[in-house]
Amino acid sequence: MVSPAHFISLSVILFVIGAVGVLVRRNAIVVFMCVELMLNAANLAFVTFARMHGALDGQVIAFFVMVVAAAEVVVGLAILTTIFRSRRSSSVDDANLMKY
Amino acid sequence: MSNSIVLAGPAAETTRIVAFWILAIIAVGAAVGMVLARKAVHCALLLAVIMLSLAVFYLMLGAPFLALVQIIVYTGAVLMLFLFVMMIVGISAADSLIETIRGQRLWATLGGIAMLVLLSLVIGNAAIGRAAPNSAKFGDANVTTLARLIFTTYLYPFEITSALLITAALGAMVLAHRERIKPKPTQRDLSARRIASGRPAPLPGPGTYARHNAVDMPALLPDGTQSELSVSQVLSGGAGKVVQPPAALPGGSSGSGSSSGSAASAGQEAGDR
Repeated sequence: MVSPAHFISLSVILFVIGAVGVLVRRNAIVVFMCVELMLNAANLAFVTFARMHGALDGQVIAFFVMVVAAAEVVVGLAILTTIFRSRRSSSVDDANLMKY
Repeated sequence: MSNSIVLAGPAAETTRIVAFWILAIIAVGAAVGMVLARKAVHCALLLAVIMLSLAVFYLMLGAPFLALVQIIVYTGAVLMLFLFVMMIVGISAADSLIETIRGQRLWATLGGIAMLVLLSLVIGNAAIGRAAPNSAKFGDANVTTLARLIFTTYLYPFEITSALLITAALGAMVLAHRERIKPKPTQRDLSARRIASGRPAPLPGPGTYARHNAVDMPALLPDGTQSELSVSQVLSGGAGKVVQPPAALPGGSSGSGSSSGSAASAGQEAGDR
């Protein structure tokens, strides 16, 4: 029997891996991908809770999360290309003009 | 309609368990590989694996609509966007292995383990019950019920979402737009520049007169020597240096002086190309 606890545990593991990736990686594109992984893990938890409670509200929230993630990726990648154009690098360490 | 998609009944229980464990292992393995892979393209492909397995999980959890949206929007649109930007930014943009903050990886891993322990304790303490009895909401009537929810209870968030999407599209256009500072070079300017560069003819194509016509096979010049110019810099390994100067520079990790140096060297290399 695959219980909701299985899915929640999987979602926790994926979320933690994504968080570690955000902390460790320095290529901005890969950092974005890890953020996407965290959002996906949260979505899995939402869908699992929807199944657990027998209501579809969790699925609606997951749907909204997907929309917001798509918008975030579009703007984030546009910023990335802009930075790459001026700095010739996609590393998060090179965008340090405003660093004190 | 979706009876063929959504597994139901006791006979499907074994299938469900087997599918869950196989896909869970694949997803976690792909996630770990994504964090560890050096090349951004490999990360993107591993992310596609994770997203597809999540889509199957959504099917198992009675969300056929979200499963298809996951495949179409995430793997179809978002990941392709990542790949396109990777082509703009440089496909050989591999992460450097130099740590900018000392002990960053160690502390990040320790923090991750701590977070895992914390969340596991939360799950262990929470009363996660069994799934609610199956109903049509998680099968045939999933799409209609979701639509009713979105257009009644969640109508205002849905409308605000449209504003968000328009703003995001406009913002992307504004950010990606480049103002033309110099006048556009005419055909005459281009031909003059080409003659002045000393090479009026186009670069030789890869594989010309060589043993194969593969793209990574240098063309042979009339005297039998290989022409390095005929192979793309990405394939010959020369482009890695173009993207990586900040990491390759000594002391390229701290201060603002190094960043200006890296920008200068990068500009120089861009000029070489």
